[in-house]
Amino acid sequence: MTVTEKQIIKVGMADWKAVSAPDAIRTSGLGSCVGIVIYDDKRHTAALAHIMLPDSKMARNKALNRAKFADTAIADVLLALKAKGCSAFQLKAKMAGGAQMFSFSSGSDMMRIGPRNAEAVKHILKENNIPLLAEDTGGNKGRTITFYPETTSLHIRTIHQGETVI
Amino acid sequence: MELIQRIQPLHLDVLKEAGNIGAGNAATALSSLLNKTIDMKVPAVRVVSFQEVQALAGGAETLVVAAFLRITGEAPGSMFLILQKSEAEHLAAALTGQRVDIGNDDLEEMAVSALQETSNILAGSYLSALSDFTSINMQPSVPALAIDMAGALLDAGFVEMSQVGDYAIVIDTVMEEPEKTGESASIGQFFLLPDPDAFRQIFRALGVNMP
Repeated sequence: MTVTEKQIIKVGMADWKAVSAPDAIRTSGLGSCVGIVIYDDKRHTAALAHIMLPDSKMARNKALNRAKFADTAIADVLLALKAKGCSAFQLKAKMAGGAQMFSFSSGSDMMRIGPRNAEAVKHILKENNIPLLAEDTGGNKGRTITFYPETTSLHIRTIHQGETVI
Repeated sequence: MELIQRIQPLHLDVLKEAGNIGAGNAATALSSLLNKTIDMKVPAVRVVSFQEVQALAGGAETLVVAAFLRITGEAPGSMFLILQKSEAEHLAAALTGQRVDIGNDDLEEMAVSALQETSNILAGSYLSALSDFTSINMQPSVPALAIDMAGALLDAGFVEMSQVGDYAIVIDTVMEEPEKTGESASIGQFFLLPDPDAFRQIFRALGVNMP
């Protein structure tokens, strides 16, 4: 008998991956970036995208990395989940990140990139009728997140406040 | 053509040279602050992925103390002073004469303020030397200090470069006590991350063409 080990698939910055239970999926060190999990709880399949910027219109080069921007990353994730047999109406989402790690007295737009990332993701989810069931966004803390498609729980680890589950 | 394709080894050498001029001045400032000899040098200027920048700082999830500031003027960019936990404790103790336990939430306000002030002095002396050398006007903001995962803290420096590509050009400066050897010799590092629009200005000022 072979025992299948649970694996934790790691997603880097400006990347996304899909995973099915019993495997889990993780991304580390989210600051202003947002980790967005879109999952099908009937199929126990999930995708996690680690996005850096809210909108692909911000790209100044033509050969853009679609996984870096909220709009293009989520569009690609939805196609991939569909290709795996997930139905659009079954999809749900959880997200974390979008922090502002440093506080400056001059609140420039650049420093607000975290909140802008979170807002963009919410807007795109709404457009696609995907319910956002839980989120832990904003603040000034770094987060490492792990999603378990089996239980649909999102574990959030921080340095100063330990681990929470949403 | 994309920025990364226009940057040649010669350009990186020029940046390294400029970085060493900043580092030399900052080393003098830190040496007189701590009353002992400190060496600062730029071992290399690297063109690396964002992930690799995190690795340079010790890894995405590693607890670090980081001071971050923005440079405004003709050659904008971001600058980080990155201290590993033990380095920050060491430096804070040398500055305040008190032992500090970083990562403990009641971190002495005095230690934070001392580290912030030190990063202000270091960045200021680094950039003023760089500014004199290039005749480019650079104004540093007051640094903000945070203690958290290196990956999360570095995000703030990637906003500009991530709009043009998937890499950063890092002028990495190491600070060491020459009298010590091994791990304990290292007292911290500096990252200078010019914005994409800064390179043309810097190279023009130094008389190097960029295609």
